[in-house]
Amino acid sequence: MSARILTVDDSASIRLTTRVALSNAGYAVSEAVNGQEGMDKAQAEQFDLIVTDLNMPIMDGLTMIESLRKIPSQTGIPIIFLTTESDADLKARAKAAGATGWLTKPFDPENLVKIVKKVLGR
Amino acid sequence: MSFPDPIQVFKTEAAELLEQIETGLLDLTYDLTNKDQIDAVFRGLHTLKGSGAMFGFDALAAFTHHCETAFDRVRKGEVTATEELISVVLEARDHMRALVENPNAEHDAVSTRLLADLHRAVEALDKAGAAPAKASGPKETLWRIRFGLPRNAMANGTNPLGLLDELRDLGPCKIRADLSDIPALDALTPSDLYISWHVEVTTAQPKSMIEDVFIFVMDEMQIEITAIDAGKAAAPAPAPAPQKAAAPAAAAPVVEAPKPVVQETASVPAVRDTSAAAASAADPKQNRAAESVRVPAERLDELMDRVGELVIAQSRLRQLAGRNADIQLRAVSEDIERLSGELRDTMMVLRMVPVATLFGRFRRLVHDLARETGKVIELITEGETTEVDKTVIERLADPLVHLVRNSVDHGLETPEMRRAAGKQEAGKVILSARQASGEVIITIKDDGRGIDRDRVRAKAESSGLIQPNAALTDQEIFQLIFQPGFSTAQTVTNLSGRGVGMDVVKRTIDALRGTIEVASFPGEGSEISLRIPLTLAIIEGLLVRVGGGRYVIPLSAVEECLELSLEEDLRSRGRSFISLRDSLVPFIRLRDLFHTGTKPDPYQKVVVISTGSERVGLVVDQIIGDHQTVIKSMSKLHHDVATFSGATILGDGSVALILDVVHLVAAGQQQEAQMRIAG
Repeated sequence: MSARILTVDDSASIRLTTRVALSNAGYAVSEAVNGQEGMDKAQAEQFDLIVTDLNMPIMDGLTMIESLRKIPSQTGIPIIFLTTESDADLKARAKAAGATGWLTKPFDPENLVKIVKKVLGR
Repeated sequence: MSFPDPIQVFKTEAAELLEQIETGLLDLTYDLTNKDQIDAVFRGLHTLKGSGAMFGFDALAAFTHHCETAFDRVRKGEVTATEELISVVLEARDHMRALVENPNAEHDAVSTRLLADLHRAVEALDKAGAAPAKASGPKETLWRIRFGLPRNAMANGTNPLGLLDELRDLGPCKIRADLSDIPALDALTPSDLYISWHVEVTTAQPKSMIEDVFIFVMDEMQIEITAIDAGKAAAPAPAPAPQKAAAPAAAAPVVEAPKPVVQETASVPAVRDTSAAAASAADPKQNRAAESVRVPAERLDELMDRVGELVIAQSRLRQLAGRNADIQLRAVSEDIERLSGELRDTMMVLRMVPVATLFGRFRRLVHDLARETGKVIELITEGETTEVDKTVIERLADPLVHLVRNSVDHGLETPEMRRAAGKQEAGKVILSARQASGEVIITIKDDGRGIDRDRVRAKAESSGLIQPNAALTDQEIFQLIFQPGFSTAQTVTNLSGRGVGMDVVKRTIDALRGTIEVASFPGEGSEISLRIPLTLAIIEGLLVRVGGGRYVIPLSAVEECLELSLEEDLRSRGRSFISLRDSLVPFIRLRDLFHTGTKPDPYQKVVVISTGSERVGLVVDQIIGDHQTVIKSMSKLHHDVATFSGATILGDGSVALILDVVHLVAAGQQQEAQMRIAG
């Protein structure tokens, strides 16, 4: 069975890009529009990997990562966050919150797939 | 927080990529084997394709893909680039820009034609034969890697086995786990990671590829990567014996010799620091990217505006503090004065960009001009690091295009003519920039035939710009070429000779409060220098009062101030001229111009302003003094008011308008012309 990936982003275009790129690479993709929805979906359905934006309404990505890592069933799940090159501080905070890796925006779909593959391992 | 429009973001990015591609291609025309430029062009095309597809520019992505494929082959050394390929891709680049700007327009015909051209160029490459094969395969190196991941790495989603797999992908590996840190079962947290690893990998890949494996954990982990056996020949896996000799401690079984391992781990952080420093030094490009932040230009403008407001508020504070005996208040006021001054200076520096961004685009222009005119042109740029306010740079682009075109079209001779004159076939156009006392001086110099004084003069006489036989200096004659409608080109070409352009150049430079100087020597070439103030945001002004209102006159335009004697005032009624050292200078009564209702001051003052050789006097009630001021632009409602170029806020919070010198001088000249007609 193909790995299941959750994409959490308030931007419809980024969600679409992520979904298209990852579906084409053979993954099953679900979407959530903010951190709260991401939390809910992640607990309802165990994912193999989560890709999340950091700046989102209702619940931001940092809070979501931190909260997920406190839930036993969600530790160990790779979480990749989207960030901009300029925000080194945010990157460090996301790592501290428990993120696994990051992808710099604006991103190349090929690169997203490459990073997902890297983090998921063989 | 709101996000910028992704399409706009993409368009901005695409414009930069296209510029990068163009620069790379043009550099390649000088050196077809330049690896850096080949990589730069390929990267540009690759990113453009990727982002294009991401943002729905499918036609762009599909088209760019073919160019990328062609360049990928060049990059991999399968074929070598040719001038033909570069030309085709340059043209394709222009088409990509059209695809970015107008994705919905009809592009198929052009796309098809260009792809056919590209296909032909690539076929020609194949026929010409592959690039010479590299002498031997890349050298393989034996690397020793020791790494320990952060304790919570697995809980945070990092799979250490995945990392080991990635190392195996680089080449044959010997992997050993160091289990010495695993605690007793009762002290063990199942999700924590206690194991570290020793890996020996033989690979032709550079060290950066090994570091890439650890990219997401690099900052929090202990890692040491050392080359043990550099330059090792390929193929056979290294025999175990020499390895042992090279690294006896590492090769010894961990269980038997736990102590050295512990010592090594302890020494790791120090070693890691140096390796990290070396890695960052080895990759300056990546460093630079991390250190610069891209900010939309309007945010800088906004910040500049705020700084301006702060300076104004500060001067109000200074006035208040001056009237107040409180010593502490004064001390704070002085501090704030110093800080806001420094802040303003820093802000100015932020707005400065190197002229390289401006000069860069001329390489393409000259490349195209050389093709159109059949002339051989060498473009030399100097002082590209000179920094100028970004607004100035933007406004300088068009005038410089005109001037460079002019140099190429009028200045440079054809190769035959140059040979006949004993010159090198290639004509030089030198673009240079330098800073001098608050101004930037940009010169466009060519080694062509120079400006033909007699022809300029004859043309000016025939078109009534000057009186026949008028005594004019060389400088005055040269300045005539900036008159509207002036052109001496014998034939109108695609480039110049239409008589439009040079007067536009003059007007733009005037608007930038700059000046143009021309020097020319027959047969040796000409040189046009533009002197432009470094910034448009701040001017030194002369503050004057007319009726109840206060106005700022740019100090650079002020020639002198004098009193309008009662006698001259009366005599000049209806004529509005003053006699200034034997020449008549027209003057404008600002009271009349602004319809001031109040009673005039008994002694009126005249401020004589000029642009180059033209002068005009402005009659004001009072001259208050000089005043450094932050320019604020007028509202949209007032954008067609020609008399003023902007406004500023004075220390007491009131507004003073800034007079537009160019417009006022023109108005004065008109007045003079009318008087001449009246006799």
